[in-house]
Order: sequence, then C-alpha cells, then structure tokens
Amino acid sequence: MHELALARSVVKIVEDEAAARAVAGVKKIVLEIGALSCVDPRALEFSFDAVASGTIAAGASLEIETPPGQARCFSCEAEVEIAARGAACPECGSHQLFVIGGDDMVVRSLEVH
Amino acid sequence: MCTVCGCDGDGAKLDAGDAKSAHAHEQAHAHHHDHRHANAPAGAPGALDFGAGEAGASLPGVADGDLVDIERRLLSKNDEIAAANRARFEADGVVAINLMSSPGAGKTTLLVETINALRDEFPIAVIEGDQQTSNDAARIRETGVPAVQVNTGKGCHLDAEMVRDAYAALPQSAGGFLFIENVGNLVCPASFDLGEARRAVLASVTEGEDKPLKYPDMFASANLLVVTKTDLLPHLRFDVEALVANARRVRPNLDYVSASVEAAPGLGYWLAWLRSEAGARREAAE
Repeated sequence: MHELALARSVVKIVEDEAAARAVAGVKKIVLEIGALSCVDPRALEFSFDAVASGTIAAGASLEIETPPGQARCFSCEAEVEIAARGAACPECGSHQLFVIGGDDMVVRSLEVH
Repeated sequence: MCTVCGCDGDGAKLDAGDAKSAHAHEQAHAHHHDHRHANAPAGAPGALDFGAGEAGASLPGVADGDLVDIERRLLSKNDEIAAANRARFEADGVVAINLMSSPGAGKTTLLVETINALRDEFPIAVIEGDQQTSNDAARIRETGVPAVQVNTGKGCHLDAEMVRDAYAALPQSAGGFLFIENVGNLVCPASFDLGEARRAVLASVTEGEDKPLKYPDMFASANLLVVTKTDLLPHLRFDVEALVANARRVRPNLDYVSASVEAAPGLGYWLAWLRSEAGARREAAE
C-alpha cells in the first residue's frame, strides 16, 4: 500500500524532532506498527531506506514493534487478541468483533547522538 | 516507488478546469503559493501540486544523548488537516461522502446518475481523484455541477491536504453534498481520513464475494457498502449475501444497499441513504 508516503512521514517527523532538539544524528528509530494497521513492515523498511537517504535519518536503523490486534467481541463480550481483521473470536467463534487496539502507527522514540 | 503498489506521494496536482467560474480558478491559483512545490507540471492552468510530503509541528527540545520519546502518529499531520476539513464541512452545512472502490466498480457512473437524480433537491459539488487525466471531472461537469479534478500523479490515494485545497476551489454547496471520488484502489485510501462525514465503499457484482476478506482495511473503515451493477446478477454467479457476510466479518453491522443504473432495482436505496444522511445533518444543526 502506501508505505512510501508513510516512510516520508517517518522521515519528516524525525527531521522535525531532530531540528527541535538540535541533535547531531539519529541512530535508531523505534516505530509501533500495529498488527492490524495497514502497513507491511518490510515494505516500510524498504521505503524508509530509499527516502531517508540524504536526510538526518539516513543510516538510522528501524526497530519495529508490532503490538497484536485487540478486539472486543459483541457476542461473548470477551476482549481477545486477533491476528487479522475478519478473524473469528477465539472464545466463541463469532465474527462480531470490533477492533480496539493494535491498529495504530506511531513513531515512539529516537536514539540520538 | 512503493514495493507493493507503486504509490508515491509526489506529483499531485489539481485541475479546477476553466469550469463554471473564474472564481474557482482564482482560488486555486491564489492558493498555489501557500504550498510546497514538487514536480509542478509546467504551464498547466489552474494546477496545484502537492508532493513534498507532510509538514509537522515540532515539539520543544530536550535531551540529546539516548532515547527520546516522541509518540507521534505517522498520520498525525493528515489527521489534523482532516479534522479541520470536517469542521469546515460542518460549518458550511455540507455532507461530505468519500466514495471508494477498486477501479471499475462504477464510482463515476453512480455519481453521475446520483447527480441527475438529486441536483434539483440539493446543491452538489464533486472532487475527483485519479492518478492522471481529467476525464472524470469532465463527466461530472457535463451534468452541470462543479467538479475539481485532483491528479495524484504516482500517488495511490487522496489525502486531507488535497481535499482541503480542492474544496477551496469549489463554489459553496451549503445544505447539500460534497462527493469525493477517491482513487480507484481498495488498499491505500483506507488509511487516509479526508474529513468526510461518511465513507461509502462500492463493490460490484462482477468482482469476487471475498473482496472484503482480501482487502479488509477498506471495508473495516466503511460506513456503507454499495453493491453496484446488480442488474447484471441474472447473468452471473454472484452471491450478494456472501459478499455482505464477508464485509460484516471485518465490519460487523455494516449497512449495505444495492444499486444499478441500467435496470431495477435502480438507485432508490442509495438515494434514500443519502437523503437520510442529509436529514441527519440538518437535524444535528438545528
């Protein structure tokens, strides 16, 4: 999907933060990419390398945390973990699941020098 | 270029046409200089380029050294602009509908027939998103309603900034509808809030019933499923109930309507849904 646009977003956020803090360089960028967000982490890494080139983010490593998908089941009212949208409730088998977590995309932190 | 679908944020431009009013052109032009430039197609009249990605606010400085907490959502800039768009649409009394589907599901045809059915009842304006050409905006303008074409270049979706600028180039449609026809794509547009009031996802009966399971993010974000081309059902092996059941696996309780333009059932259910949305907005405003 739109990993390239999102990779640009990451670089822009890193550039802003680096400028605001007057840091010399960025060693590592920690991202949270939820299991239910619509991002392929490998495509994001590939895109990141391409768009980071020539910026302060160039050469930084990406650490991608992938919190699991969380949903609430409207049939049995359990809060459950799911691997993908469209999955059945592991407790009762219903598909009445509403996603409540694991769908976010966040730049969590930077390791700077 | 994106490894998965080839999308690229650069090169979007906007064509308000010589349409309807010099006003639209002027606004598009005046707005031009507020924006970052990239790959501006030389000499294109009334064109705006986007590209250059997203500007972000800075947080106050702190440490250098080790780990710095940031906690900034990747789409935060888009979402801020989308929230401003939403407030603007509400203030203007406009119901904004984001139409999404795969290419060829019938978005533009549905839109043209919808305009023909509703234009005496509601003011209507249209934003058309495509990678290239102004064909769709031209089709819309033939109906007599104003339309702005946004060409996303290599981009695979509309974003909130494009919609903000396109809306500024349109005459007011207070008390009516702003239809935003997104780029034909069942993947990328799902993530980008445009500030719309409702998202309608079209699925035509010449596609597979399992589209919602193959492209769950799109259907999970929808407020309405519009099953199009249902006048073809007698000639196809297609199970509408299976499509709806699959959509409800990713979005429980998702409403759906059938729509066809060549024969029954026609657009009645879809138009009723639109009228109810307009009515709900009016009530909320009162």
